[in-house]
Amino acid sequence: MRLSASDLACRRGGREVFAGLSFSVEAGEVLAVTGRNGAGKSSLLRMVAGLLRIAGGRLQLAGGDPQLTIGEQAHYLGHLDALKPALTVTENLRFWSGFLGTSAANIGPSLEAVGLHRLAHLPAAYLSAGQRRRLSIGRLVAVKRPIWLLDEPASTLDASAQQRLVDLMREHLAGAGLIVVATHGATGLTATHELQLDQTVPYPLAGEGQGRGTLRK
Amino acid sequence: MTPVAAIFVRDLRIAVRVGGGALMGVLFFLVVVTLIPFALGPDLALLKRIGPAILWLAALLASLLALDRLFSADHEDGSLDLILTGRAPLELVVAAKGLAHWLSTSVPLIVAAPLLGLLLNLDAPAELALVLTLLVGTPALTFIGLIGAAIAVTLRRGGLLLAVLVLPLTVPVLTFGVAAANAVVTGPTPFATPFTILCALTLASLAIGPFAAAAALRQEME
Repeated sequence: MRLSASDLACRRGGREVFAGLSFSVEAGEVLAVTGRNGAGKSSLLRMVAGLLRIAGGRLQLAGGDPQLTIGEQAHYLGHLDALKPALTVTENLRFWSGFLGTSAANIGPSLEAVGLHRLAHLPAAYLSAGQRRRLSIGRLVAVKRPIWLLDEPASTLDASAQQRLVDLMREHLAGAGLIVVATHGATGLTATHELQLDQTVPYPLAGEGQGRGTLRK
Repeated sequence: MTPVAAIFVRDLRIAVRVGGGALMGVLFFLVVVTLIPFALGPDLALLKRIGPAILWLAALLASLLALDRLFSADHEDGSLDLILTGRAPLELVVAAKGLAHWLSTSVPLIVAAPLLGLLLNLDAPAELALVLTLLVGTPALTFIGLIGAAIAVTLRRGGLLLAVLVLPLTVPVLTFGVAAANAVVTGPTPFATPFTILCALTLASLAIGPFAAAAALRQEME
């Protein structure tokens, strides 16, 4: 499986966020997307997930299911945790695994994998930000998808939860998974590729953010 | 569980929990209908004549009440992103949400309507006609409302816009719903004529609503 982009461009509100972006990630590899605020890291991930229109260029997935879009074969973990405060931890996860199309059998092990099994019956309203994020990551464990699109996944996690996330990412890679992660700091995982979104214009004025992505091995 | 069933069950569950919309709608309905006799005074003949119209208007407003949260709640917590990228057809998901919303907000109204009809001096045949028209007509209100809720999804305070968008579209439903109920109270038109048109309006909105709402949601992806 290979996810590749050629000459990808993104426009938001009439402004060009990035253009001429090319990358290629194979199964078992990690693409770390870095760059300043507003460089288009989240936009790139949303574009791969199919939540943003592609303004130019091509995005291809080779070796995937031809019947499905890239977004339908991916997990998108954004800034928002997609949890309902009125539902319990288990109900939230059971809903997403039901919606994303798996049986409820692995809810328990998934909660254990993110360390929330003791809080299974607590309404999500009482979770802390880090616990909410962990529950959201539980979705990635419960439902198998070959592509993970992670937007600052570790932002609210404590050290041990970050380590656990790295372990989960390693497991995913070992199972021929593919990860695109937007990040500021170190992920704790050696990224196979790094895509820097703001090489040419380090600190552009507002409205001039013409990021040209550069890819490093 | 299929994706569509999962959405349906989740929405129903949230609606009946604390903070859900199910109880609010029926309480609002109760308050509005109770206020009318106070405003009009004890003219029983007048109340009887305008009773169906009052109940229909109150039901219309009450069913709009929770509608603005239908998609915007999912938008705010990021669920909508995942729903949009999911494998389930968006039209079916939207229809399932609409059905769950109708069951949780409109069915309680239909159950409460005969009780409130007593306050407005409606007799048994009129009560029956009213319940029938509400049962048939409220799905149309919900599914027309779906379109407005989908259009207003990204707006912070979309509730007002929703009302402005949706209320004009509900005029035919209101007209024929009240006409059918009134046919029993005052005559002279037969009940069946407006009632059949009401059925047709509901079927049309069931068919169009999910597609229009899904199209609106896709447009607002950006």
